[in-house]
Amino acid sequence: MKRILTYIMAGLLLGCAHTGPSADRTGPAADRRALIDYYKQTLPGIKFDDYIYGALAMNPDAMNQYDSFMEFPSYSIDLDKGQKAWETPFKNGRKFSSCFPNGGRNVAGNYPYFDDAANRVVTFENAINACLKANGEEELKYGESEMGLLTAYARSLSDGMEVNVKVEGAGALAAYEKGKAYYATRNGQLNFSCKSCHVQSAGKFIRSDQLSMMIGQASHWPEFRGGTDIVTLQGRFKQCEKNVRAKPKSANSEEYNNLEYYLTYMSNDLPMQTPVFRK
Amino acid sequence: MAETMKMRATMEGDVVDVKVLIQHPMDTGLMKDAKTEKLIPAHFINQVVATLNGKTVLDAQWGVGIAKNPFIGFRIKGAKPGDKVGVNAVDNLGTKFDGEVVVA
Repeated sequence: MKRILTYIMAGLLLGCAHTGPSADRTGPAADRRALIDYYKQTLPGIKFDDYIYGALAMNPDAMNQYDSFMEFPSYSIDLDKGQKAWETPFKNGRKFSSCFPNGGRNVAGNYPYFDDAANRVVTFENAINACLKANGEEELKYGESEMGLLTAYARSLSDGMEVNVKVEGAGALAAYEKGKAYYATRNGQLNFSCKSCHVQSAGKFIRSDQLSMMIGQASHWPEFRGGTDIVTLQGRFKQCEKNVRAKPKSANSEEYNNLEYYLTYMSNDLPMQTPVFRK
Repeated sequence: MAETMKMRATMEGDVVDVKVLIQHPMDTGLMKDAKTEKLIPAHFINQVVATLNGKTVLDAQWGVGIAKNPFIGFRIKGAKPGDKVGVNAVDNLGTKFDGEVVVA
């Protein structure tokens, strides 16, 4: 009798360990765990930490070529322009490093975040422009190469930091859900959603390119695509929308900011590296 | 436009692996400026000479097929740490630029 009671108690305790706050069973944390489990099943040969390499992790030859390219990337001259932009003082004598904690080191993983007071998602690029504005300088255009090169260098100061996006509070959750809905919505003449390729077809080929999994994507932007062209994450959204023959939104639009928020959250706990090379 | 050259030379066994990145527009002369619709004049590196401690080890003639900001990698046998590897490039306008690196 005592043994049966012990078993019942143990069962109840274990059952309680699975329940807990209801936010655990639905909501961002649950979404992320579910997607990780999905990729573990559909792409079993790839370790979680290698998701940051996307399609490169699916092809050892591509990975070798990437490694040898990264030994001395041909974009390093362009990246120097970004470094110069970051280190050059404003007219008032201050620098970008004064706008961020720790001089800008190990901060990029906290972006985007939801600003409750402003009721909007704030991206790293928004923070850069806020810094420029606060110091009486002209803001940079979103998604263009000047912003791209500057953030390519600025974000490299956070290399190795794990993505650490928080979704806390009603406003943040609403923005996250909007980003998630946009991700799953079919679009364009070809009628694909982001999910069609990067979740349902991750690992499969589209023409000659292998499709990367969604988790890990947001950890390495902006990136140099095709060698020396800097592309920001939202710049890539535009390219993907054009690929499905949809009319792209503009960089820093509410849709793209919410989408960036959702995608970056889903890459939480993965180490960042900026910039990187993709073909 | 400031031409810059980045170089790396590391030993691999008894061979030095040299990697050079040169900043140069490498315009072919066949492309048109999007705004003015005029041809952008040809401006490309047409000769690259590499030396080991002053002695020529590589002499290359380049053409318009080589892309912007060219990268060249080559290996030299018989080099040792402390040796100097020099790269001298000339472009079709006669501009010269050189770089030098000490083998690591």
